[in-house]
Amino acid sequence: MNNQDVVIQLTVNNHPGVMSHITGLFTRRAFNLEGILCGRLGNGKISRIYLLVKKDQRLDQIIKQLEKLYDVSEVLVCEDYNHKIFDDIHKLIRSDDVKK
Amino acid sequence: MQYTGGEIIVKLLENEGITKVCGIPGGANLPLYDALSKSDKIEHILARHEQGGGFIAQGIARATGKVGVCLATSGPGVTNLLTAIADAKLDSVPLVAITGQVSSSFLGTDAFQEVDTCGLAIPITKHNFFVRSVEELLHIIPEAFRVAESGRPGPVLVDIPRDVQMAKMEVLEWPKKKENSPLIENKKIEPVNMEDIAKIAEVINRAKRPILYIGGGILQANAHEELYKFAKKNNIPVASTLMGLGSYPSDDDLYLGMLGMHGAPHTNIILNETDLLIALGVRFDDRATGNITKFCPNATVIHVDIDPAELNKNKIAQYTLAGDLKEVLEKLFPLLSADDRQNWIDEITKIKNENPLYMPRKKGFYHPLNFIKEVGDMLDPETIITTDVGQHQMWVAQAYPFKKPRKLLTSGGLGTMGFGLPVAIGAALANPDKKVICISGDGSFLMNIQELATLAELNLNITVIILNNGCLGMVRQQQELFFNKNYVASKFKSNPDFASIANAFGVKGYDFTNVKEANELLRGILSTSAPSVINVPIDDRENVLPIVPPGAANYQMIGGKIIE
Ligand SMILES: Cc1ncc(C[n+]2csc(CCOP(=O)(O)OP(=O)(O)O)c2C)c(N)n1
Repeated sequence: MNNQDVVIQLTVNNHPGVMSHITGLFTRRAFNLEGILCGRLGNGKISRIYLLVKKDQRLDQIIKQLEKLYDVSEVLVCEDYNHKIFDDIHKLIRSDDVKK
Repeated sequence: MQYTGGEIIVKLLENEGITKVCGIPGGANLPLYDALSKSDKIEHILARHEQGGGFIAQGIARATGKVGVCLATSGPGVTNLLTAIADAKLDSVPLVAITGQVSSSFLGTDAFQEVDTCGLAIPITKHNFFVRSVEELLHIIPEAFRVAESGRPGPVLVDIPRDVQMAKMEVLEWPKKKENSPLIENKKIEPVNMEDIAKIAEVINRAKRPILYIGGGILQANAHEELYKFAKKNNIPVASTLMGLGSYPSDDDLYLGMLGMHGAPHTNIILNETDLLIALGVRFDDRATGNITKFCPNATVIHVDIDPAELNKNKIAQYTLAGDLKEVLEKLFPLLSADDRQNWIDEITKIKNENPLYMPRKKGFYHPLNFIKEVGDMLDPETIITTDVGQHQMWVAQAYPFKKPRKLLTSGGLGTMGFGLPVAIGAALANPDKKVICISGDGSFLMNIQELATLAELNLNITVIILNNGCLGMVRQQQELFFNKNYVASKFKSNPDFASIANAFGVKGYDFTNVKEANELLRGILSTSAPSVINVPIDDRENVLPIVPPGAANYQMIGGKIIE
């Protein structure tokens, strides 16, 4: 848990290219991505993605760039997020429990 | 009626008002080509390399502001096209690239000529679409055009598997052309807020030493007339980026010329003095600003651009506005007070007179700056100039008297050698009534020289002028100034006979080597309309001056004052 991170919440069209557009943007703009969580919403036409990123002065720029992506319909920044979710994922990954 | 995917694509292109597409066929786009041959509305331009094809489409787009369309087959066709797409992205050129892909059943198997086209395209397109079924075409093709031309324009790629081009479907109703909607990127934004406008007008009216810093956004928004009225009413001097050249008439008193790395000395000095920088349709590119922390150090900044992501990206502005420049300037105009700004104008006139752009008049006809000036004086302001990349490009930017927008077509953001000839072909195709001049270098010209075959075939009104210094001049210059004259890999040990090559392609070739008074000869060639290539020998020691060294502030340019 730390408060140097924020979570960006994205609502996106659910089709195969979307994830590479988003991660590609982070690579191309040299912006670090600390964690990703994603899943379908409702009827499966749209998905929700949570991106864990460092809070620094470049956040504003990355938000604007995300807003420009064709398949991204909404971008929200959550300063105050449930840290437990990403912490649990990290625990899960370290514990190797997924394999069971 | 039943239509194949290929026929549907063609019909949708026709609906978009497309009359010319450019490309090269291959296995994965043959069904599309087969359908294209049956169109009586669309002419296909056969390029000789996909990069050339992409740049021909760009030439159409850059000269008209409308979408250019290029076609390529899968695999190498796509990879060849990428440079032209990346170039369009960095200069915000509306382009739709339609690429063939291996059939759906082969996808992901490393099939013959299969590459991950969409994967390659992601970082260099505004958006790309992969078409999974023939039905999707009806939505995706019109959408590709809308995305390419709305907001800040850019390239869009549509990748279509071969089987989708062959599949048939019943079409009863065709989608209408989507209006170029008032969208910023693909999101709706609020119309320009009058409170913001009033605030900005007040800041401008109050400023003592304002400067307009304008770029390609002015011509994208078709706002050059509004800009002129605006500058004149409040007497604000205008400095332009490379991409903005022609948006403000170069013979007007308020015009300062190009700023930045190779800007005129007075322009960079005046920018250092301003108290209000009004940045319109620019992105504070490093070639324009020099060391950004030292750019306009005393100025309040107003930044207006259609792309919100450009605001506060490289330079923090005190007043920002995301919106259409034409609309913003129209709304600002009535709130602007008429002002003669006599003190500021006097000061600027003094700086201008003391720090002019060096014109080496005594060096005669073959000095590149004199030569370009001469060419400019022989041609009418409707003439379209394309350039390649290097010293010759900067000399054109410095010395050619641009008076109208979309008359200089040059690769600004990507700086792509090989740009000039194919873009000239596209510009000439879109402007059959205008002359097009491509000013190139002996290095750049070889990078898309194969398009001379396309030019000969089309017999367009294009003259290529090669400023031949026997080297990669811009590289040589950097080595001279910043690498202790270690001229590695910049001098050509041999160079082809360009006039003969042109003749062999079926384009009239001229060589000015040993021609003393070439003035009349040049005038004669420029007055004809047949395609031609002129080889013009220039001194290989000439440099583009002034130059702002890497990392320096713009006012720290070197070579600003030269004694003849
Ligand atoms: C495709 C590409 N490769 C390399 C470069 C780097 N580069 C910039 S200018 C230049 C030299 C251009 O030489 P030439 O076309 O003869 O023009 P000159 O500078 O001599 O006027 C080179 C190699 C580039 N801009 N584009």
